[in-house]
Amino acid sequence: MKLNIDGLLVYFPYDYIYPEQYLYMLELKKSIDAQGHCVLEMPSGTGKTVSLLSLVLAYMKANPLEVTKLIYCSRTVPELEKVVEELRNLVKFYETETGQEQQILGLALSSRKNLCCHPEVSQSRDGKTVDGQCHQLTASHIRQKHKHNTDIPVCSFYEDFDAHGRDTPLPPGVYNLDDLREYGRTKGFCPYFLTRHAIHHANIVVYSYYYLLDPKIAEQVSKELSKKAVVIFDEAHNIDNVCIESMSVKISKRTLERCSNNIESLDRHIKRVKEGDEKKLKEEYNRMVEGLREANIQRETDVILANPVLPDEILQEAVPGTIRNAEHFLSFMKRFLEYLKSRLRIQHVVSESPPSFLKDCAQKICIDRKPLRFCAERLASLMRTLELTDMENFSALILLSNFATLVSTYAKGFVLIIEPFDDRTPTISNPILYFSCMDASIAIKPVFDRFQTVVITSGTLSPLDMYPKILDFRPVTMATFTMTLARTCICPMIVSKGNDQVAMSSKFETREDVAVIRNYGNLLVEMCGAVPDGIVSFFTSYIYMENVVGVWYEQGIIDQIQKRKLLFIETPDAAETSLALLNYQKACENGRGAVLLSVARGKVSEGIDFDHHYGRAVIMFGIPYVYTQSRILKARLEYLREQYQIRENDFLTFDAMRHAAQCVGRALRGKTDYGIMVFADKRFARADKRGKLPRWIQEYLTDNLCNLSTDEGLLVAKKFLRQMAQPFSREDQLGLSLLTLEQLQAEDMQKKLESKMQYL
Amino acid sequence: MSRSSEEVLLIVNHVRQKKTDGTMYLMGERLAWMPGGKDTFTISHLYADIKSQKISPDTKDKVQLQLVFNDGGANTFHFNNPEGRPAMIKDRDSVKEILQQLLPKFKRKISSELEEKNKILQENPEIFQLYKDLVVSQVISAEEFWSTISNKLASSSKVSTPNQTVGVSPAFLADIKPQSDGCNGLKYNLTADIIESIFKTYPMVRKKHAESVPHQLTESEFWTRFFQSHYFHRDRMNVGNKDLFSDCAKNDEEEMKEEMSKQVKNPMMDLTTISDNSLGEEYRVISEGGARKSANQINVSMIKRFNHHSTMVLKASVKSLPSTSTDEPPHKKRIIQEMIQFEDLEEESKKDSVSLRLDKMERYLHGPTPVTACRYTSSQTVLHASQTVNNDINTWSLDFNNILTGNSAVGVLGELSPGGALMQGTSHQQLHQMIPKDIQQEIRQQYSALCELLRHFWNCFPVSSKFLEEKVVKMRSTLERFQLAKLNPLKDKLNENHYNINLMGHLEDMLSAAYTKFDTWQMKKKTKR
Repeated sequence: MKLNIDGLLVYFPYDYIYPEQYLYMLELKKSIDAQGHCVLEMPSGTGKTVSLLSLVLAYMKANPLEVTKLIYCSRTVPELEKVVEELRNLVKFYETETGQEQQILGLALSSRKNLCCHPEVSQSRDGKTVDGQCHQLTASHIRQKHKHNTDIPVCSFYEDFDAHGRDTPLPPGVYNLDDLREYGRTKGFCPYFLTRHAIHHANIVVYSYYYLLDPKIAEQVSKELSKKAVVIFDEAHNIDNVCIESMSVKISKRTLERCSNNIESLDRHIKRVKEGDEKKLKEEYNRMVEGLREANIQRETDVILANPVLPDEILQEAVPGTIRNAEHFLSFMKRFLEYLKSRLRIQHVVSESPPSFLKDCAQKICIDRKPLRFCAERLASLMRTLELTDMENFSALILLSNFATLVSTYAKGFVLIIEPFDDRTPTISNPILYFSCMDASIAIKPVFDRFQTVVITSGTLSPLDMYPKILDFRPVTMATFTMTLARTCICPMIVSKGNDQVAMSSKFETREDVAVIRNYGNLLVEMCGAVPDGIVSFFTSYIYMENVVGVWYEQGIIDQIQKRKLLFIETPDAAETSLALLNYQKACENGRGAVLLSVARGKVSEGIDFDHHYGRAVIMFGIPYVYTQSRILKARLEYLREQYQIRENDFLTFDAMRHAAQCVGRALRGKTDYGIMVFADKRFARADKRGKLPRWIQEYLTDNLCNLSTDEGLLVAKKFLRQMAQPFSREDQLGLSLLTLEQLQAEDMQKKLESKMQYL
Repeated sequence: MSRSSEEVLLIVNHVRQKKTDGTMYLMGERLAWMPGGKDTFTISHLYADIKSQKISPDTKDKVQLQLVFNDGGANTFHFNNPEGRPAMIKDRDSVKEILQQLLPKFKRKISSELEEKNKILQENPEIFQLYKDLVVSQVISAEEFWSTISNKLASSSKVSTPNQTVGVSPAFLADIKPQSDGCNGLKYNLTADIIESIFKTYPMVRKKHAESVPHQLTESEFWTRFFQSHYFHRDRMNVGNKDLFSDCAKNDEEEMKEEMSKQVKNPMMDLTTISDNSLGEEYRVISEGGARKSANQINVSMIKRFNHHSTMVLKASVKSLPSTSTDEPPHKKRIIQEMIQFEDLEEESKKDSVSLRLDKMERYLHGPTPVTACRYTSSQTVLHASQTVNNDINTWSLDFNNILTGNSAVGVLGELSPGGALMQGTSHQQLHQMIPKDIQQEIRQQYSALCELLRHFWNCFPVSSKFLEEKVVKMRSTLERFQLAKLNPLKDKLNENHYNINLMGHLEDMLSAAYTKFDTWQMKKKTKR
């Protein structure tokens, strides 16, 4: 249908529309008009993606000068592919409606491992290996050598692309990862570099967060993207963690050992080059003296990881004299490495700020801040000069140089923690140095500054006001939308006690209590008897889940579960879990029914949907607080309190509740779907927890559902399932949760919709 | 009595029966015994009749073998080899082994067939009646009868069977509840079903069983070891290598690995490729609570075992699932399209529903169904309907054009009433009131019997083979016999009661039609010659 969104003609590829989609588009348009950022929460399964794409595409068509590009960031590869397919449907709809070919280029970008079509390199399933092998075939010095000696292998796909690909623009259309590979294969162009080239003139780019947020990657991929772009972070409830991770480093004792090896082998390489071709090193030295920027001369294939600090922090001056000489630089690194080794030989935990670390460093080994800041760049230059191909073997040293640059660049917002052993195993020495970013706003700041509109959206962003605080930006609109439902197809409830009236809670004091674990088990067993098909349950951590499963086995609860359904359990191993998931789905499909025990914050809770019969009920055992004894977390909490006046408890609860909401939200993927959401912890009933759930869940979590025993919860669930089994037709939805164009345009509906909006 | 064609499998001398010495013969289809000094079998049992065999315990003096028959009777043979007890036991065991091999074969064949027929007769009263009418009264032979009936039933059931293997209960291991025997021991009750479940789910145990059972261990020893093993008790760790099942666990792990590698990867579900980030662990500082290592190795292995168990149970029930994904990319695209589709936003949802295949329709229908099955109507349609009705009533007016005059209407009515000119031959009484129940019943029976016979008869046309030719001739005579034996007495009986309606008319019509057909067929055949 064709919609009129505040004066903008929007092609919407469906015949009906949900009221919240309409409202969502209105809000989105407002913030694009205002060229500002926004935070929008809309329940999963209400067609967020299609609303976003329809509106922004329409906006781009109407105002081609104001918005030239849409950058859509999502978290996982399947999500990316889903977005591209939705875009394909939309463009198809445009074509059938207007009857003309659309000049729209939309594509997905992913790492080499998902795009490579080189017959040998693409065989590897590990991303790092693919990157390394690709580099071995495409680095500029290799290609140079290939010109003189054709025996040296190069990648024909890249060669062809380099020769012709840049001048042959990708024809308009929508390209998924498979399509790009196919296109590359038929044309003989390298899909990865083709795509990296094509994103500069594409209208719509779909890729993962890291391409914008992680300076190591963003610097080489997204540097030249147009500023007149709308950036969308979908599934953004975890965006602060991505920001933090892209600026952090972890160094263990093993890393340092590998660093020593790396330095030794670099040393050998330097000697070799010196004997054969000293000119090269001289040239490099001269370049450094002149202060020529490396970035100007380096080629796209030579860099895998760019400088780890943000572009405006990179010093625009020449490399200091102490590390210009290759050998001097190596001995400099050696000294720094020895220093770190000595720091790791401690018996107690150390937590310090970057300035104090630098001061200590200067005192002990006389290394200043300035040369450290150039470490990453200097090492990259050296490796290029030495014409090293096996970059992945040097990852440890690259990591070390990244650390050096980071620690000397940022004085604020970072913390350095050295732990001599794991807290649970105090006898085993396993020293690790964490250099952790505590301020999520650091990494995302350039994005907010550069692009005119940044949309942060997800199904679960409550409480909304937290995100502007921790990401430090000013949104022009913040809104949350509920799900208009013709029938109440979600059934949230808080089960706070077992039938024996013992309170259920995963709080630290009672979590090992046998009675609590048994009550949890009974709840699951009873639910297995009442709920058809799939049940997913989430625990607060792996360790807790393992303990509970162990106790359940002794108590015979596992047997009772197995009598009713098949049991599958998530493990830390991704491949194992994938298999369990696959079988879980099979069991749901063939009617046996299954239970999946999983972990909040785990891979399953973040990436897998349990729509329809794959998840008729979700049980959240306990509140998924993050491991609060972690020192990184403690430091971050302190920082947040001092810097942004966020109380520790507020942040912890916010973090726990967003993960809880994420877990239970996995079960509901649309209005025709239905699911039970059981929160099994009495603490959920407290106002500070309940109030932090997304509004679309809170709405149906009435007071009478907030303090149930297992039996009462079971009754509620049974009643709900009976209701859901009744026939449900489109007529029931129409006018309430589903609108036709006429209904949408009716005046009273417009008024009703206006009253529904909730701003923050 | 002994047929030369019957192959003799074993002859055992010195077998006593009822204190008479004699010789036992084990033949292809039966077991026979001949008293010493005679040349005829006084005892002969078909294997099919034998339900089971029993042997005397080793502690007893006499070495005996008892045969228990299907009808409840029994017969005991005493092995009395003069060479001493070991020889006796050897004799007995040789008989026992052969019987062990032979009996199941016969049992299954006979009983399954009989049972099926029995079941058919019990479940379908009509067929039972037909059977009584046609077979018991020897109109057609039993074989002929079953050839059509069982054909019909077996074929229909055969179609549905191949996909419907019975699955394994996931809790079968838990169902084996040990009982304390009072003195520090545990007793496990194993049934054939449970053993089958174990074998199905754990092929490795089946292999072990096959390897070791008769040679190294007895059946019960094997299961004792099984229950003692860490393999059964999942919370025990594999400590020593002495355990018979120690390599089973290893094998399981390999099996899972194989599963992992061979699974057609659903790209949407594969957690290993889900993340688009080629940076290593060293950059992930907040590697969530999940990745932290666990302390308890037992629990870890237990979780693995549970996953394996469920996987194997699932595999045992879905044996030969045709692989759906031949081509990955289109398959993947379809999955994605399915995932992003909003069916309620689209104009018409495509209905490619799967039709139910029900074995027992009643069970399905007697589920929780509402008393009045109403089609769901929205309030809008109801309002609309009532409005239309209102409109119709308000605008209704008489139409005088098509109305009869009063006189002619009364005339017509009179003619149409009983006794009127148009209603001759009808009486006030209804047929089913006139005729007593038992006669109705009998006529109904004859109808179904005749229909069955006629069905056989008409089935023969067109007569394309020698066999059909013979059959049609036979059927014709059968029909005649039926008419003589059944229909004519019934006709006489009806005549005695003086009903004014010819109740047999249609039956006779059908018969005569068949006869005419037969006659014309015969005529044609003759002229052809």
